[in-house]
Amino acid sequence: MIHFAALFDAMDRATKTTEKLRALVRYFREATHADASWATYFLCGNKLKQLVPTKRLRVWAAEEAHIPSWLFDESYYAVGDLAETLTLIVPPGQLTESLSLSHWVEQRLMPLRDMQEAAQRAAVVLIWKQSPPNLRLVILKLITSGFRVGVSKTIVTQALAEHAGVSTDVIAHRLMGAWKPTAAFFDQLISKEVHDTLDSQPFPFCLAHSVDHETGPASIGPAKDFAAEWKWDGIRGQVICRNQHVFIWSRGEDLMENRWPEIESAASLLPHGTVLDGEILASRGGDQVLAFAHLQKRIGRKTVTSKLLKECPVVFLAFDLLQDAGEDIRSRPFSERRQRLDCLLSTIDHPNLSRTQLLQGTSWDEWGTIRDRSREMNAEGLMLKRWDARYEVGRVRGVWWKWKVSPHTVDAVLIYAQKGHGKRSGLYSDYTFALWEGETLVPFAKAYSGLTDAEIQSVDQFVRHHTRETFGPVRSVSPELVMEIAFEGLQRSSRHKSGVATRFPRIVRWRHDKKPEDADTLAELIKLLPATE
Amino acid sequence: MESILQQTPRGLYCARGDFYVDPRFPVARAVITHAHSDHARWGCLKYLAAKPCEHVLRLRMSADAEFQFLPYGESLVMGGVEISFHPAGHILGSAQIRLEYRGHVVLITGDYKLGTDPTCEAWQPIRCHSMISESTFGLPIYRWPSPESVFQSINLWWRECRDEGKCCLLYGYAIGKSQRLLAGLDPSIGKIYCHGAVEKGNQQYRRTGILLPDTTHVGSVARKHDWKGSIIVAVPSVHGTPWVKKFGYCSTAMASGWMAVRGARRRRFVDRGFVLSDHVDWPTLLTAIDACNPETVWLTHGCTASVARYLNEHGRNAKILDALGRTEGDEDASGDRFDSTTEGLASS
Repeated sequence: MIHFAALFDAMDRATKTTEKLRALVRYFREATHADASWATYFLCGNKLKQLVPTKRLRVWAAEEAHIPSWLFDESYYAVGDLAETLTLIVPPGQLTESLSLSHWVEQRLMPLRDMQEAAQRAAVVLIWKQSPPNLRLVILKLITSGFRVGVSKTIVTQALAEHAGVSTDVIAHRLMGAWKPTAAFFDQLISKEVHDTLDSQPFPFCLAHSVDHETGPASIGPAKDFAAEWKWDGIRGQVICRNQHVFIWSRGEDLMENRWPEIESAASLLPHGTVLDGEILASRGGDQVLAFAHLQKRIGRKTVTSKLLKECPVVFLAFDLLQDAGEDIRSRPFSERRQRLDCLLSTIDHPNLSRTQLLQGTSWDEWGTIRDRSREMNAEGLMLKRWDARYEVGRVRGVWWKWKVSPHTVDAVLIYAQKGHGKRSGLYSDYTFALWEGETLVPFAKAYSGLTDAEIQSVDQFVRHHTRETFGPVRSVSPELVMEIAFEGLQRSSRHKSGVATRFPRIVRWRHDKKPEDADTLAELIKLLPATE
Repeated sequence: MESILQQTPRGLYCARGDFYVDPRFPVARAVITHAHSDHARWGCLKYLAAKPCEHVLRLRMSADAEFQFLPYGESLVMGGVEISFHPAGHILGSAQIRLEYRGHVVLITGDYKLGTDPTCEAWQPIRCHSMISESTFGLPIYRWPSPESVFQSINLWWRECRDEGKCCLLYGYAIGKSQRLLAGLDPSIGKIYCHGAVEKGNQQYRRTGILLPDTTHVGSVARKHDWKGSIIVAVPSVHGTPWVKKFGYCSTAMASGWMAVRGARRRRFVDRGFVLSDHVDWPTLLTAIDACNPETVWLTHGCTASVARYLNEHGRNAKILDALGRTEGDEDASGDRFDSTTEGLASS
């Protein structure tokens, strides 16, 4: 565990990718396979299901630190990270014996979940007593399911590949899907031998780069080298049919079981050994795609009622074929894969399983004109894919491009601020923005990103000196700062004061040139609501 | 407290003695807790401070001003108010100011810390009726590790960097933190260099009789010098500026109480953060208040509201002294701040 904590420190400290890579390779070389397996599991972003309710942890920490609960809350706002607050607030402990990562996880952490409250408290207090700060932080991050470290899955994959002497593509594939962090898994993961994949195992997703808004698509090459299709705004997914079993995976590698029964039943018609890449969309059939808001009614529902099925039907629009009759065809050019996809799906004419339409056109200008209709199609723009490219692992430049329409923007006034998390902990970096409705400012969106570090510093100073009221961690400030806010889509919402909800709001720039009275009105925002609703 | 001191826009004012304590603007007569420039402002006509503060204070103030220095524990009377200075343990010459008028004692702690520091006299508890205490780090998340363990980590970092062929850049304030760092470095590891502002501080420390390891002014070194294996103690404001380029392959570190929180550490863009503070942490703040046992505690700087509420809930009478219009949570307005405007000597 000390080694894993040291690895966490090293990742936290390192500013260069090469340093992170080196530290990871060293760790994998020195760790037992049982430990390396757990480390891989956590570094790839997998979490243990909540072991102890955080409310209990807060109470126990306050008791151990002899402080009232309000002071715990104040401290938490200052730190901006629960596990770190729980680490700092309890007086430091002493390491009594050094146990391995796998021992910690399997013997001391996982059993916490099934303990009675009193036993759980005793076990957690013992952990506090036996952990110096750096070790404690990692353990509490695992307990609170908040383990995150500044390292991407790509870097972990690279480090594993370097350690194993196996290509990164192979490692990336072996890391896909659901696996158990055991020594045996790690043996397989770094094995030089080819081994069969599980039926459920998805392929790593190929991801797109954005076309630069300024230069346009001309910079990526001649239009004839590319296929174009709508960039749909749904849930990216992989549909697998192997040995009469259907698996639907999200891009976040969630196995979405029983969530899309109509797609599952349609996909069971596929031949054995088929893997499709595509998008789950709300639809009225075929290319009649509905806005994301409709799909949202289905997202997060664990059980899908027949009523909901009728109200919000979904379709899987496939745009690529990765495995065809058991053959991994990812290295074949897109032109061939697409042809085989067409061939395969033409035999299955199903309302819940279909394929995207390639857009007609021979020049960027032509496609540009089509792209201008994106919003009325409920699309985000166009996808451009090289005809001659293989299906890559991850975000490889030059293969797939997303050519999105420009986002909507409004000028809004900053009215509330809250301290941020992580690198921005202790800084007022999370803001609520408002628009005018007559003489009042109505909050309509929260935005966290878009400002530079220096700008955040100066907004932070502004907030501290212009606070009107404090509601717990939130401060209302005098309405003086105007910022341009961009967002992807808009839908009606009864939960928002403004009556509308924005998707992916973010700050484009700080409008120093504008006064609060120059900000936009809510009426102007509402005009942007799609007409179809 | 009100019978002796009043809050005014210029700072705490004693009308009977006609003097200000750590005024925020130039005044006729200033009584100073320590030489950091957010406490010792330039431009006053007369300064009164503790004797060991003399050299460092003169370094930063106009020579035209009139200075008076009083050894720790000795007192003088101004307008019937007895003034004395007592070690605060913050930096060399830092003092708590004790004011007594007709048997009522007010203590202004200034910035202070408990615990060991070879570069200044240790803090002493002073019994008082009113205590004006700083609360920069007044949250229970701030619990300083022992300075010995911190210096162990600093020296280990230096040794590892040396073995990897790097040079070390260690940031601390020109006066106080830098000298404390120097005193804790192990000179057997390599050569120690200092930024010009730090070197000026070193001279004054040595003049006052504080033992520091041998240091060399970076500015006195010829161009194309090989810095590998050395450590350079510099002011934080040089971080990311062209000044640091000449050192080549180096590892950077910041020593400050703020480094206790990961987010703060990551924001500085330094490779390492060492938790070394010259202020009281949560447990020592409570210890100090108990030891001085005042009837009323006034809190200034940092987490004033939280500390006041906690103390009131624990049977003390505590109030917020809203110094400088600093709001609660405005932690960065202390001598421990990173991009300190108090580093008036930042040029090398």
